[in-house]
Amino acid sequence: MKKLFMSIRIASKALRRNLMRSLLTMLGVIIGVAAVIIMVSLGEGAAASIQEEIAAAGTNLITVRAGSSSSGGVRQGGGSRTTLTPDDAEAIQNEIAAVSQVAVMIRTGAQMVYASQNWNASVQGTSQDFPAVRRWEIKEGSFFTLQDVQASTRVAVLGTAVVENLFGDEDPLGKIIRVKNVPFKVVGVMASKGQTSWGNDQDDIIFAPYTTVQKKLMGVQHVSEILVSAAEPRRIPEATEQITALLRQRHRILPPEEDDFNVRTQEEMAQIRVGASNAMTRLLASIASISLLVGGIGIMNIMLVSVTERTREIGLRMSVGARARDILWQFLVEAITLSALGGIAGIALGAAIAGVLGQSFDWPTRVSTQSVLLSFGFAAAIGIFFGFYPARKAAQLDPIEALRYE
Amino acid sequence: MSVPLIRTENLHKVYSLGDIQVHALRGVDVTVEPGEFVAIVGASGSGKSTFMNVVGCLDRPTKGCYFLGGRDASTLSRDELAGVRNSQLGFVFQNFNLLPRTSALENVELPLLYDGASSRDRHQRARELLKLVGLEGRERHHPNQLSGGQQQRVAIARALVNRPPLLLADEPTGNLDTHTSLEIMEIFQRLNQEQGITLLLVTHEADIASFASRLIRFRDGRIVQDRAVPDRRNAAEERASPPPIEQVGDLGDLADLKKELNR
Repeated sequence: MKKLFMSIRIASKALRRNLMRSLLTMLGVIIGVAAVIIMVSLGEGAAASIQEEIAAAGTNLITVRAGSSSSGGVRQGGGSRTTLTPDDAEAIQNEIAAVSQVAVMIRTGAQMVYASQNWNASVQGTSQDFPAVRRWEIKEGSFFTLQDVQASTRVAVLGTAVVENLFGDEDPLGKIIRVKNVPFKVVGVMASKGQTSWGNDQDDIIFAPYTTVQKKLMGVQHVSEILVSAAEPRRIPEATEQITALLRQRHRILPPEEDDFNVRTQEEMAQIRVGASNAMTRLLASIASISLLVGGIGIMNIMLVSVTERTREIGLRMSVGARARDILWQFLVEAITLSALGGIAGIALGAAIAGVLGQSFDWPTRVSTQSVLLSFGFAAAIGIFFGFYPARKAAQLDPIEALRYE
Repeated sequence: MSVPLIRTENLHKVYSLGDIQVHALRGVDVTVEPGEFVAIVGASGSGKSTFMNVVGCLDRPTKGCYFLGGRDASTLSRDELAGVRNSQLGFVFQNFNLLPRTSALENVELPLLYDGASSRDRHQRARELLKLVGLEGRERHHPNQLSGGQQQRVAIARALVNRPPLLLADEPTGNLDTHTSLEIMEIFQRLNQEQGITLLLVTHEADIASFASRLIRFRDGRIVQDRAVPDRRNAAEERASPPPIEQVGDLGDLADLKKELNR
C-alpha cells in the first residue's frame, strides 16, 4: 500500500515534469470518457422518460387489440380484424374479477369544422370509463356518460391541441363542431398530456361515445381496442390470462388456431420501448468508446517516447537497486495515472455537457453512477492495457546499455 | 586477514556481436581487501569496463566466479543482483547521471526508495550525506543549478546513502577540470581513510590514478600490472598548498571552492 502510494507520487512527479505533454495525452482520454458519459446519459434519460410516461398512463393498463386480418393471403396491419366487439368488453368487465374498469376504443381520422376554422384530427370513440382507465384528467366541463353511450349522443370532448386550432381563445364548451358534417356538441376539454416519446401529440384528438362514432361516422359494429384496468398491479398476469381465455372462448377459437387479438400489458410495452432505447444507447456508447480507444493509443505512444527519453534514468534506477518489476510498476502507474486522471476529468466534462444539453435543448439526460463507474473503469483498463507494453519494454532494458544510452 | 571484499577466479566474459565472439575478459584473478583504494587503468577495449560491470553486479561473467564479501555473486538472479547493487554497492559515473528537474535531496534519496525506507528516514539520511560532501543548504537545488563538481558530489552522496562497503567510480573526473577533480579525489580519499570505504576507480589519467593506493592495469582482457602506488598523492594537502606553476593563476578560484567545501 505504501509502495503504491509512493509509485503514484513518483509517477505524478514524472508527469508534472512534462506537464503540457501529459495534459495533451490526457485530452484523448478526457474526450473519450466525456463522449461515453454524454451518450449513455442521453440514452438513460430517454429510457427514464419512457418509463415515466408509461407509469403516468397507468401501470395497471392492459390493452387488447384486434389482430391482423388477411384476405386472399394479403395480411392487413394489427387492429384490422373486426372480431372485437363492445360485447367482448362487457364480458371482460362482468366475468373477470381481477379487472376493475374497461373502455373500448375505435378510431378514425376526420375533418372537423367550427365557424370558419377547420382541422383534421384523430377521432376516438370510447366508453365513459376511458378517463379512469387511462388516468387522464378532464380540464373543463365533463366527460360523456353511460347515457350518452347508450343513446349514441352527438357529444365530444376535445384535446387541447384541437381547441387551440378550432377555437383559439374562444371558450369551446357548449359550442357545436361539425365532424364529417355531423354536428357534435362540445361538453368537455381534456387536460394536456403532451407528446409521447415517439413524438405523437396526444392532445390532437377528440373523444366521442363509441356508439356515435361507430354509427354516425364509420358505419361499423366492431371496436379496435379494449383498454382494461387491472384491479391491482400484481393481478395483471392473472387478468391477462383470463382475458385471453375468455376471448378465445367467445370468438370460438380452438387450439391450435391462433388468437385473433393481442393482449399487451403496459409493462411489456415499456420493456419493448426501453429495450429499443437501450440498444440505441449501447450503439452510441460503443461508437463513443472508440475515441477512448484512440486516447489509449495516445497514451501508449507517449509512454514509448517517455521510455526512450528516459533510458538513462532507467539504467540509473537499475544501478541503484531497482528491480525489473519496480521499473515496470513505475511506468505502468504513470500510464494508469494519466488515464485515471483523464477519466475523472472526462466524467466531470461529460456530466457538465450532458447537463447543459438537458437544460438548453430540453433533452432528458441522466448521469448514473453505473455509467460513471463503467467509463472510469474502462479508462483505467485502457491505461493498464496500453501502458503495459511500454512499461515492459522499460523493465527489460539492460542496465549497462541503458546507462550508456545517449 | 578478514574475508576479502572482492575475489574473482578465472573470470571470463564473452560477448556475441552477430557472428563475432568478443572476449572482453580472459581469466581475471584479483582479490581486493576491505579498505583498499584501487585504480583500474587500461586502454579502451582492455576489459576494464567489463570488469567493473561484473564487479558492480550489472553483468554476469560467462565463466569463472565472483565473490562479493564472501558471497558468490556470479549465480544470482537479476532481482538478487538488484538487491546487491542496492545495499552493497555505490556507483559514481563520468556524466553524474542525476535525474533532471529533481532536487539534490531527492536524487540522493533515490536508492532508499528501493529498500523500503520511510520517508522521514530517507530525508534525514539524504541530508546527512549532502552535508558530508559539503552541499549543506543546497538540498532543493536542481542539477542544472549546480556546477559540475557539485553535481558529482550529489552523485557521490547518492552512491553512499545506503552505506555500501564498496564504491565504484567510472571516470568520475572525466568531465571535470583539474581543481574540481582534486576536490572529488579529496572526498574519495577522505571516505577511504575515515570511513574505511573500499574504492574501485576506473580512470585513464595517470595523475588521477596516483591518488589510489593500488593500481591494476588491464590489457586485452587480462591484468598485466598490479602494484602499490609509489609516491601516492594526497588531495587534501595539494588543495591546502597547491603545487606551483599550473595552478597559481587560479588560486582565487581554488580558495573559493575550498571555502564552499568547508562550509
